[in-house]
Amino acid sequence: MLRIKPDQKQRVTVTVNGKAVSGYAEPRMLLTDFLRHELGMYGTHVGCEHGVCGACTAIIDGAATRSCLRYAVQCDGLEIQTVEGLADADGTLNTLQKAFNENGALQCGFCTAGILMSSTKFLQENPKPNDDEIRDMLSGHICRCTGYTQIVRAIRQASGQ
Amino acid sequence: MKPVAFEYCRPDTVEEALDLLKEFGSDASIISGGLSLGAMLNMRLVRPKALIDINGLGELADIKAGDATIRTGTLIRQAGAMEMPVLMSGVPLLAKALPYVGHYQIRSRGTLGGSVAHADPSAEIPLTLVTLSGAVTLRSPGGSREVPAREFFQGLLTTDRRADELVTGLTWPIRRDLTGYAFEELAQRHGDFAITAVAAEATVAGDGSIADVSFGLGGVEDRPFVATTAGFVGKPATAATASDIANTIAETVDPMVDLQANADYRRQLVRVLGARVLTAAFNDATGQQEAA
Repeated sequence: MLRIKPDQKQRVTVTVNGKAVSGYAEPRMLLTDFLRHELGMYGTHVGCEHGVCGACTAIIDGAATRSCLRYAVQCDGLEIQTVEGLADADGTLNTLQKAFNENGALQCGFCTAGILMSSTKFLQENPKPNDDEIRDMLSGHICRCTGYTQIVRAIRQASGQ
Repeated sequence: MKPVAFEYCRPDTVEEALDLLKEFGSDASIISGGLSLGAMLNMRLVRPKALIDINGLGELADIKAGDATIRTGTLIRQAGAMEMPVLMSGVPLLAKALPYVGHYQIRSRGTLGGSVAHADPSAEIPLTLVTLSGAVTLRSPGGSREVPAREFFQGLLTTDRRADELVTGLTWPIRRDLTGYAFEELAQRHGDFAITAVAAEATVAGDGSIADVSFGLGGVEDRPFVATTAGFVGKPATAATASDIANTIAETVDPMVDLQANADYRRQLVRVLGARVLTAAFNDATGQQEAA
């Protein structure tokens, strides 16, 4: 059994976008804060911190889920995909990112990282979704700029429809 | 928006988890998916001395199908449940309710047992379990006990679980013959907490009359409950009777009042959604008769 005292800093190793990285976390440190402040990966955004807005969504252990409702110490040894892993190393955007760009599916960009990660996993599970299915998936994200129509359009384009 | 400092405990066995509950009692919070508890921890509405993470207890992620019931381990994820044909065909009301549970990003991690243990009055999984007259299995150092769902939920986020007990599984009655099921809710945004959720199980006799009906309400009072509908048994299973039942029950409920809705609005939702769901359950049952 693993027990970590409240003020004890535990070494946590995770594989982020294919690369093993480590940092230290006390039990109450959120995974979002661990990614940003320990690992210096600022792509994952922190919004509401109670699971409602969707900005912090990442693919954790194969599931698109909230990184603000996970503690870093829970994630030792897990694989995490974040928005930094989508584009090529030279900055070339992937199909989904290009579709967001071409359809005006982002404005301020705050919600975008989470939506991209949800959409990535969603399209793996459902490669040819209809608009209703896309909107159902998007209901787990709040965007205050675009009004969602362009986002739906971008996801459809990325799915080759 | 950061939780209080707590000790993190990740037991490898149920026995270890129970030892921790004995040690910390009500100072411990048990986390499975953490989709509800995580929010409360971050807002410091819950301030535990210890967080007991049960995600390592693989034995609690099993499913056992019997003749009359299906037993789901507490750790089965909501999205995982939706991919289990035995569960979805065996418990059609659960299949109809699960798409309303949170969002895609919530169901991927949230668990069946966690939602029941958390006991939000508007949550879909507790309402489904209550409507079907299922049960909750709890384990403590002293042994196991099974509590009928209709007795388990005692109020807002309050259940019959003692501080030294762990919810280990749920028991779902398997669908009955000539019985229809329906579920519907209203929320501000699809996937948000329901302002009101309604569920129905109805058995229709060969002559088209109601043989049995269970009409469950969530988000109306401080816990999910089944309305008293015995007086309608024997009446025709029609849309008119469905409205009668919903209108009658709407007068008897004592709705919660919050920022989302006042009591009159919730009462109206009981009428409208209730009539719709009961009609759908009657039609579902009658359709099976015609197919048979």
